[in-house]
Amino acid sequence: MEKESMGWFRRLKDGIQTATKFKKEAPDGLWHKCTNCGETNTYKDLRENYFKCPKCNAHERIGSHDYFEILFDGKSEELFDDLESYDFLEFTDLKSYTDRLEKAHAKTHLADAITVATGKIGRKPIVVAAMDFSFIGGSMGSVVGEKIARSIDYCIEHQVPLMIISKSGGARMMESAFSLMQMAKTSAKLSQMGRAGIPYFSFMTDPTTGGVTASYAMLGDINFAEPGALIGFAGPRVIKETIKQDLPEGFQTAEFLLEHGFLDFIVDRSELRDKLDDLLTFFQKAA
Amino acid sequence: MVFLEFEKPLESLYEQLEKIKQVGEQGVIDVSDNIKELENTIRAKRKEIYTNLTGWQKVQLSRHPERPYTLFYIREITKKFTELHGDRYFGDDKAIVGGLAQINGHSVVLIGHQKGVSTKMRQYRNFGMANPEGYRKALRLMKLAEKFNVPVVTLIDTPGAYPGMEAEERGQAEAIARNLYEMSQLRVPILCYVIGEGASGGAIGIGVGDRVFMLENTWYSVISPESCSSILWRSWDYKEQAAEALKLTADHMFEFGLIDGIVKEPLGGAHTDPAGMAKALKKHMKKELSELLEMDPDARIAARIEKYSKMGQFRLKEKAEAQSEEESKS
Ligand SMILES: [Zn+2]
Repeated sequence: MEKESMGWFRRLKDGIQTATKFKKEAPDGLWHKCTNCGETNTYKDLRENYFKCPKCNAHERIGSHDYFEILFDGKSEELFDDLESYDFLEFTDLKSYTDRLEKAHAKTHLADAITVATGKIGRKPIVVAAMDFSFIGGSMGSVVGEKIARSIDYCIEHQVPLMIISKSGGARMMESAFSLMQMAKTSAKLSQMGRAGIPYFSFMTDPTTGGVTASYAMLGDINFAEPGALIGFAGPRVIKETIKQDLPEGFQTAEFLLEHGFLDFIVDRSELRDKLDDLLTFFQKAA
Repeated sequence: MVFLEFEKPLESLYEQLEKIKQVGEQGVIDVSDNIKELENTIRAKRKEIYTNLTGWQKVQLSRHPERPYTLFYIREITKKFTELHGDRYFGDDKAIVGGLAQINGHSVVLIGHQKGVSTKMRQYRNFGMANPEGYRKALRLMKLAEKFNVPVVTLIDTPGAYPGMEAEERGQAEAIARNLYEMSQLRVPILCYVIGEGASGGAIGIGVGDRVFMLENTWYSVISPESCSSILWRSWDYKEQAAEALKLTADHMFEFGLIDGIVKEPLGGAHTDPAGMAKALKKHMKKELSELLEMDPDARIAARIEKYSKMGQFRLKEKAEAQSEEESKS
C-alpha cells in the first residue's frame, strides 16, 4: 500500500500523466449513474468532462489529487506529507478512532483529510491545500490544522499565494476540543498571512460545513465555490430538527450563498484552472 | 432548591433535616444533637458527591437552572455598566450581551452569552444560542475596545450557535470565522472565562484570548455530549459515554494545555454561593488583567497566536513506522 502510493507520487513528480485515484478504482468501461439526474455515463466520459455529468452538469465529488491534476501545470510537489493523526484521547464510540484511521488509510491511501502541494498554475507559483471527503468525512483534526498552519508559514516565507479547497463535514469529533481549537489556530495563522499581504483563495466544494466553514473556508480574500455545493454552518438535518419544518429548495447551496453575499463567485470545474490563472495574475500585478 | 439526578441522596437528607427541625420547633423534644449529626452527614455526603463528579455530572452542573449567568457576574463584579446593543447591520441579539464597565477603577469591555432565568426569559435569550448578529455585535464592541485601548473580557456560556435557517442566511459561519480572525489580531488584552457551557463554534466565536480560563464545573467541547451521542452512537442514549469520551471537563482541558487555568467553584457548584463565586472571579480577573496590561501589544498578539499555533496532537510518519517496527521486534 505504502509503496504503491509512493510510486504514484514519483510518477507525478516526473510530470508523467498518471491515473487519478478515481480512475484506478474505476476502469474506463464502467458505468456511473449521475446522483442528480440519473443519467448513466462511462467513467471515461465523466473524466473527460472534469467528473461532471455531461447531461446535467452535476459536479461529482472528487479528491485532492484530482484537483491537483486539474490545477497544476504538470508536476507539483507534496508538502508536509509526514504528518499523521493518532488516537491520543483514546476515543471510542461504536468504533475506536484508531480503527477509523486505519480504515480510512486503507480505503483512501491518503495520510489524512488534507493534502498540500506546491506547484504552478499558468507558470505562477501557488500552494494548494485540498481536503478529501473520503477520509473520515473530510473532518478537521490536528493534522488538518497543522498542515494548514505550516502551509501558511511556507506561503509567508516564499511569498506564494495559498488556495484551500474545502470539502468537509466539520471538525473531527474524535479529537474533541483539539479539533475545535483548530478553528482558532487556522484563523490566527490566516491573520498572520493577511498581515504579510499574501493572498488567500478559499474554494468551497461539496460539502463544506461546520467548523471548517466557520473558520478558514469563510476567510478567503476571495471566496468561491463549485456549482451546487452544500455550504453551511449547521447541517441541513440539524436545522430541520431545530425549526421543525422542511428546508426550501436550494437552501445552503453555493447559489444560495452567492445570493446572500457570502461568495464572490461560483466557478464551473472546467473553468477553475483558468480562473485561478486570472486571480494569480491580478495579485502578481498588484504586488 | 433544585436537586439534580446525582444529588438525590442529598435531597432525602435535607428532607429529614427539615422534619427534625419541625419537631424541634414544637419544643417537646431536644433535637439539637440529631440536627448536628444530620448536618455532619450532609456535609460528608456533599463532599463525597462533588469531589468525584463524572464528565456528564459536570455537564449537568454547568446547566443547573440556578447557575449564575453573565449579567449576574456583570452586576456583581463591575460598576457603572452600560449595556450596548446591536451589530449595526441587522439587529440586536439577545443571546450575547455586552457593554462598558468598570472593574477596580479600570475601564473594561465585557461581553458574554446570556441565558434566561425564567421560562419566558429563556426563550427571549434563545437559550444562550446566538445568531450571527450576536457575534457581529461582540466584534463591534471588541473593535470599540481596541480603538480606545481598553481590555476585553468575555464570559462563555452557550449550548452552541443557533442552528436556524435565518442564521444560515445571515452567515453564521462567516460571523464566527471573522471573530476568530479579528480576535487573533486585536491590539488590546482579551481575557476569556467559560462560566457554564462551552459548546463548539458558538463558544469559541467569542473565546479567542490571551488567556482562557474555565470555572471548575464547566465544559468545553467540539460538540455537546447529546449531539455526539446521536451522531457517533446513532442514538441519544449515550450522552454519559460521549461526555467521558470527549474529555470535556476543565481538568482535562487544563491537562491538555488548551486552557490556561481553572477557577475553583464553591463545593456543590457556583449556584450554591453565587456572590462568593463572583467575588472569586473578580479577584481572578483583576490579577490576570493587570498582568496582560503590562505586556507590549505586539508581543501579546504574537504570544496569543503562538499559543493557538501549538494546539494539536499529531505524529510524524517515520516515527510511527519506527515505533511499530520496534513493537514487532519485541
Ligand atoms: Zn446528471
